[in-house]
Amino acid sequence: MSDKKEAKGSTRDGFGHGLVEAAEKNTEVVGLCADLTESTKMHWFAEQFPQRYVQVGVAEQNLAGVAAGFAMTGKKAFCASYAAFHPGNSWGVIRTSICYNNLPVVIVGGHSGLGTGPDGATHQALEDVAIMQVLPNMTVVVPCDEEEARKATLALAELKTPAYLRTSKHTVSAITTRDTPFQIGKAVELKKGSEVTLIACGDVVEQALIAAEELSQQDISVGVLNMHTIKPLDVSAVLKAATESKVLITIENHQVFGGLGTVVSEVLAQYSPNPGLRFRVMAVQDTFAESGSGEELFEKFGLSAKHIVRMVEGCLK
Amino acid sequence: MAQLSIEELNEKALSIRRSIITMLHEAGSGHSAGPLGLTDAYTALYFKVLKHHPQHPEWPDRDRVIVSNGHTCPVLYATLAESGYFAKQELSTLRKLNSRLQGHPHRNISIGIENTAGPLGQGLSTASGIALSFRRDQLPQQVYCFMGDGEQQEGQNWEAYMFAAKYSLGNLTVLIDRNHIQIDGFTEEVMPINSLKDKLESFNWHVQEIDGHNIAGIVAALEHAQSIFHQPSVIILNTIPGKGVDFMENKVEWHGKPPNDVDAIEALKNLKSVDEYE
Repeated sequence: MSDKKEAKGSTRDGFGHGLVEAAEKNTEVVGLCADLTESTKMHWFAEQFPQRYVQVGVAEQNLAGVAAGFAMTGKKAFCASYAAFHPGNSWGVIRTSICYNNLPVVIVGGHSGLGTGPDGATHQALEDVAIMQVLPNMTVVVPCDEEEARKATLALAELKTPAYLRTSKHTVSAITTRDTPFQIGKAVELKKGSEVTLIACGDVVEQALIAAEELSQQDISVGVLNMHTIKPLDVSAVLKAATESKVLITIENHQVFGGLGTVVSEVLAQYSPNPGLRFRVMAVQDTFAESGSGEELFEKFGLSAKHIVRMVEGCLK
Repeated sequence: MAQLSIEELNEKALSIRRSIITMLHEAGSGHSAGPLGLTDAYTALYFKVLKHHPQHPEWPDRDRVIVSNGHTCPVLYATLAESGYFAKQELSTLRKLNSRLQGHPHRNISIGIENTAGPLGQGLSTASGIALSFRRDQLPQQVYCFMGDGEQQEGQNWEAYMFAAKYSLGNLTVLIDRNHIQIDGFTEEVMPINSLKDKLESFNWHVQEIDGHNIAGIVAALEHAQSIFHQPSVIILNTIPGKGVDFMENKVEWHGKPPNDVDAIEALKNLKSVDEYE
């Protein structure tokens, strides 16, 4: 994080590269897409492995169902579209044909969150984590940068059960490196801090880190925990942060209901060891957003580093 | 098994129909008409055409049967039991706690259930995925998919029809139970499906429309479908819902309910084995 000049990247790029690597390692990996092959970044895979790529056209329900069929023949299927359509339009198929059958299919939801930008609210999926994490057998991963998305793709390629991988076109600085460990269900401490812990996921982890830096200038010690897996949640990491901090804030590029804030709230409400803890959820507040750049939308809808700094300051007053 | 005569196949069908009545009666809920109407097609497929080993249900080279119209599962379960996948006594656990025979089928290859089904319109996509995967791996297995006619109203099917035609899935055969009824009434009143044959031909499928109760004819149609290599095949089975039980035949009200005590006895009288008739 210290080197801000590093080239920016997106989680969709990380997925695209990760899928090629996974396919090189495992000949059973197949990729399916619903007419968004380049913008989900499945095109690198499709170019290199045309016989393992399936174009299904603009048909997200069929996308999920065909992926289930491939998985039934022993394939490891990655099926990608924009999250607003997949799982947005394909949820019932994911529930019954993929999750109830407990098949090794990875649903890749691209263009998630406000970072989708100028396309507007129709395309900015802000509800996808909620509708995926409620499904039995489902794993939900929301990587924070390109490298983590690459590692997440490789890890999910090994999984024998259904998973959701949330990606974004929003570009962020490199937060993790090749050496940063990645394990499904294991949070990563990006910055140590004693007073405040920010628990973030996805492309707003960068905003949390910027905020933590700024707050450290004011001698406020802020830790940042990258909760890349929403399900299964790293409960012990949440409880550790709740024990050691005075203030705990979750930050996510998603609606306030059903995402990271919700799952952390559920843990704290039932098991928090620290009755004095101040806890806040930062997310999109039950509203549709609008067109604009990712940065402008983070600002307007309360997810920018500036908002995080203000929230921490408010909690410490 | 493949050597069974038409008479023997008809006896199998009668036995399956009796199982359907018995299991639905014991379950106290479930669908009667559809399973009875599909019995001849299941009999033709499982006892004459399908490559499978009930004693080795996970045999990798087996043909795959995907059920899209999950509510007709009593005919699937009764056929699997008749084939020897599990004992017929287990049929009495239908829809009961801890049963392997769920109210709508749940994937369990060890007893021959290939897919989970219930929400309509999902099976054809799955079957198409299996068929394309087999083709790309140059595997010879056939894929069969049972569908209802009411579920043709689901949009996902038409996504899948386009898909299977684009990929020339000659190893895929769909059997549509054209019985003209659905929960709310007759299909042509609820939401017209006709002309299904024209629609599917225009989607570049090979279409056969046949009598869904003539086992020899169904076997011939299934064999013909296998000879079509460059197109997916659909067999529209013109069926009588409730077939074999006179008071259930063509009655919309028998779509979604089971026989009570009196109904069950009457139905079983209707379904005497051929020997008993003679």
